Amino acid sequence: MRCRVCRGSAAIEVKRHNAAFCGQHFIDHVRRQVGRTIHDHAMFGPDERLAVGVSGGKDSLALWDILHHLGYRAEGIYLDLGIGAYSQDSLSRVEAFAEERDLILHSVSLLQHYGFSIPDAAKATRRTPCSACGLSKRYVLNEEATRRGFDVLVMGHNLDDEAATLFSNVLNWNMEYLGRQRPVLPASDGLAKKVKPLIRVAERETAAYAVLAGIDYEVEECPLVGGNTVNRLKEWMAMLEHDSPGVTQHFLGGFFGRASHAFAVDIPDLHPCSKCERPTTGERCAFCRLQERAVT
Amino acid sequence: MKVIRRHPRREIHIEGPMTVRALLEHLDIVPETVLVIRDSDLLTRDQRLEADDTVELRPVISGG
Ligand code: SF4
Ligand SMILES: [Zn+2]
Ligand SMILES: [Zn+2]
Repeated sequence: MRCRVCRGSAAIEVKRHNAAFCGQHFIDHVRRQVGRTIHDHAMFGPDERLAVGVSGGKDSLALWDILHHLGYRAEGIYLDLGIGAYSQDSLSRVEAFAEERDLILHSVSLLQHYGFSIPDAAKATRRTPCSACGLSKRYVLNEEATRRGFDVLVMGHNLDDEAATLFSNVLNWNMEYLGRQRPVLPASDGLAKKVKPLIRVAERETAAYAVLAGIDYEVEECPLVGGNTVNRLKEWMAMLEHDSPGVTQHFLGGFFGRASHAFAVDIPDLHPCSKCERPTTGERCAFCRLQERAVT
Repeated sequence: MKVIRRHPRREIHIEGPMTVRALLEHLDIVPETVLVIRDSDLLTRDQRLEADDTVELRPVISGG
């Protein structure tokens, strides 16, 4: 296979674009795609202060690298979930990444700052660790981004993450989640503006970008991933994509372009949580309730 | 050839040579779910693997 741009030997084939690229031209291609997404959705401008939620995995580190190369000012926020060696190893990769590129990293430990780890939370709630984990990440990243005065919280969800989440939301007809699944969620009282610039980059492409750009990311999987339903949907969607290249992007792009407006972002009556003062619909927010049960 | 698989990390031996496409078919792996890496280079499906190669099949689907 030959690179579409220089006719050199190809490193990766992108079937849904009917193209193959050598390493350098693939890197250029991905950066251009992300730049276009940022522009098309008016995600942020060159003068805004960005916080990237980084996990040490391929997607968030690739995103941080791309933003850096596109000339944006982006600092990283790492949340240590307290998942044993996995969390430690992920943190050291994020630290090495930031140091090599001279980027600013803020790291928060769930255990030190909030008194519990994800394994604690899973035990206390007897639910899958991923649900406590997702809630904690959303809460803490928002907390750090707003407290530190960032303009935008940038998340590394890729095309396949978003398509699988959409599929799961459709399977359950979860109207509330469908309403809030957007490439850009504007800021509101106590909530940072949140954007997802990787929605046009497939999961295999962020992995390839990371390898080609020399990013040493965490390849090992989280030991608690077993109950992750989004992952299983992604495996299933990979088979669909294999049979009909482009179907994933068509599904997600069609939703954002033609359907998502039908699911209004109903902002329910939000008021400050009685404990942490972040916006919530109840008396106490879901994170404070989780914390209460998980701290032993 | 030596084939490195992940989650968990393990090594298997496969009689070569063959193309990347044939290797993935042989192991029943959907090509969209892995990167095929040899000496830190990414390989496309038409490339040929030699009997004495070491290749890593790195899954790209991750949770979190
Ligand atoms: S697999 Fe689940 S528990 Fe592990 S990091 Fe991802 S969301 Fe958290
Ligand atoms: Zn090229
Ligand atoms: Zn609260």
